[in-house]
Amino acid sequence: MTRSKNWFDAHDWDRVQRDIYTTTARQVEQALGSSRRSLDDLKALLSPAAQAYLEPMAQLSHQLTQKRFGKTIQLYAPLYLSNECQNICTYCAFSLDNKIRRKTLTDSEITQEAQALKQLGYDHVLLVTGEANQTVGVPYLKNAIRLLQPYFAHISMEVQPLDQPDYEELIAEGLHTVLVYQETYHRDTYRNHHPKGKKSNFQYRLDTPDRLGKAGMHKIGLGALLGLEDWRTDSFFTGAHLHYLERTYWQTRYSLSFPRLRPIDLLQNDTITSRSFERCMTDRDLVQLICAYRLVNEEVELSLSTRETPRFRDHVLKLGITSLSAGSKTNPGGYAVEPESLEQFTISDERSPADMVDVIRRQGYEPVWKDWDKLLTSR
Amino acid sequence: MDRQPLTIADKTFTSRLFTGTGKFGSAQLMEDALLASGSELVTVALKRVETQNSQDDMLIHVTHPRLNLLPNTSGVRTAKEAVFAAQMAREALETNWLKLEIHPDPKYLLPDPIETLKAAEELVRLGFVVLPYCHADPVLCKRLEAVGVAAVMPLGAPIGTNKGLRTIDFLEIIIDQSQVPVVVDAGLGAPSHAAAAMELGADAVLVNTAIAVSDEPVRMAMAFKLAVEAGRMAFEARLARPSLTAHASSPLTAFLDE
Repeated sequence: MTRSKNWFDAHDWDRVQRDIYTTTARQVEQALGSSRRSLDDLKALLSPAAQAYLEPMAQLSHQLTQKRFGKTIQLYAPLYLSNECQNICTYCAFSLDNKIRRKTLTDSEITQEAQALKQLGYDHVLLVTGEANQTVGVPYLKNAIRLLQPYFAHISMEVQPLDQPDYEELIAEGLHTVLVYQETYHRDTYRNHHPKGKKSNFQYRLDTPDRLGKAGMHKIGLGALLGLEDWRTDSFFTGAHLHYLERTYWQTRYSLSFPRLRPIDLLQNDTITSRSFERCMTDRDLVQLICAYRLVNEEVELSLSTRETPRFRDHVLKLGITSLSAGSKTNPGGYAVEPESLEQFTISDERSPADMVDVIRRQGYEPVWKDWDKLLTSR
Repeated sequence: MDRQPLTIADKTFTSRLFTGTGKFGSAQLMEDALLASGSELVTVALKRVETQNSQDDMLIHVTHPRLNLLPNTSGVRTAKEAVFAAQMAREALETNWLKLEIHPDPKYLLPDPIETLKAAEELVRLGFVVLPYCHADPVLCKRLEAVGVAAVMPLGAPIGTNKGLRTIDFLEIIIDQSQVPVVVDAGLGAPSHAAAAMELGADAVLVNTAIAVSDEPVRMAMAFKLAVEAGRMAFEARLARPSLTAHASSPLTAFLDE
């Protein structure tokens, strides 16, 4: 039995869900009043009962975030390297069963994209691919990191889960951060949404942060895809996963993200979207989630993507968020090579990085382009 | 009464308030606060500056005749990484002064005493003026002193917590037995905390979060400046110490000597 399975099995989905939905106002007040909040407090803060306490949660979240992270917001940009994918994911445009034109960036195209991002001011880039080990396996990723090293101080990655030695190899090339979202922690729902491909192995994905931790990755990003299952319960499991990882791989930093399902173009199976969006959360819910995470974990980085609307992003910036993407393109070659190719999902905030910098500054925050240097981990 | 200056390695400081550059809402506000603080030594995180770029926004705002740069190695996890980063900092920022920070624990940012001692020894050998951020551990501070560091920087409380002098019992011992300057670093959240550290006999304090995230960083920087001066003045004037025995102004047994 893996350690990952140990922590996971310690929490029964149905019981967690019941606890969350039967939380009383008194339990929420106890959680708010506590100086060191536990996973039980997380349940309370994620509960429907906590919605009545949103303002005090937001105030506290703002204070705690500012104490730890100051008046700063970090900026990063995704760089989509490929839309090739051998998986079927019911909610994703890159899904194998979508008959779209597939594209994987060449060396010169990667360089073109890097130069375009650099001109926008970015020093932190997040590499994204679908899951196609033959096309975008470890040799491809290693080569991409080598090409990007001269342009960026901080390289992150959101690709298919890999084995521990693969991660070790990529760390040696300069990879700093890996984001791996479990999508949902509910086994049956996970199976329904991932019927084919390597990704259908729930346990392999669940164990990925363990392999990353053992490999010595500097930062690991977690999250659930909000909309696949009950967001409150899934978010508790994300919090419990983080709790376990922080205590096991204590030298690693962690971040949490809040990917809400977004519409996608050219979806072949139109029955999927309605189903996917049934469980979507409201803006009010997402504010509650951001604050709940901050209140139970003062140190974790909280990241918000361009999936959210400009109005929402402007308002939640002060509520606990520590990093933002801006001007994102979710298609391979989207910045310079082939701007019109198919996006993975439609973004909601199309403002440029320069516009976002203005927004951040107007709110009294300093936009931070660089908060890492590969020199610090040179071997 | 003239204030006693502080000397560390080859530099003499009039101000005993050292400052940090993180967490400010803008680079201009940071510069204004640093100047208002009277500080002459500011620490800069290598990870935040573009060392190859002379137009780096942060560097521009800390380039001032009175300010000395103290690059720090925040982000490294081992002695080996710290030594490499220090060499890069020396080359890029043209200073051999270094705040040695090795905190492999990113949650509480607590310093690794073993790696810190190893790195300090190597960096001193390489000609650096090393100021290590460390636990308030009197034995560790003596070990660091023995390998040749220019000062020790024990924490008053976990970094960024604003909790004040939670390690006071150990700081007293460190200050009592140290032969190098003692700079209380981390956890000072209010000017009164800084004053208390100075009254205790600390040679200097380093403050960042409490200034940077206050509503008015410039005024808070001035408040810390005054507090540090007051605390130092009180220390130099010799504070009346609490005593276990009574010292009545009209002793009851004085008649025996009459």
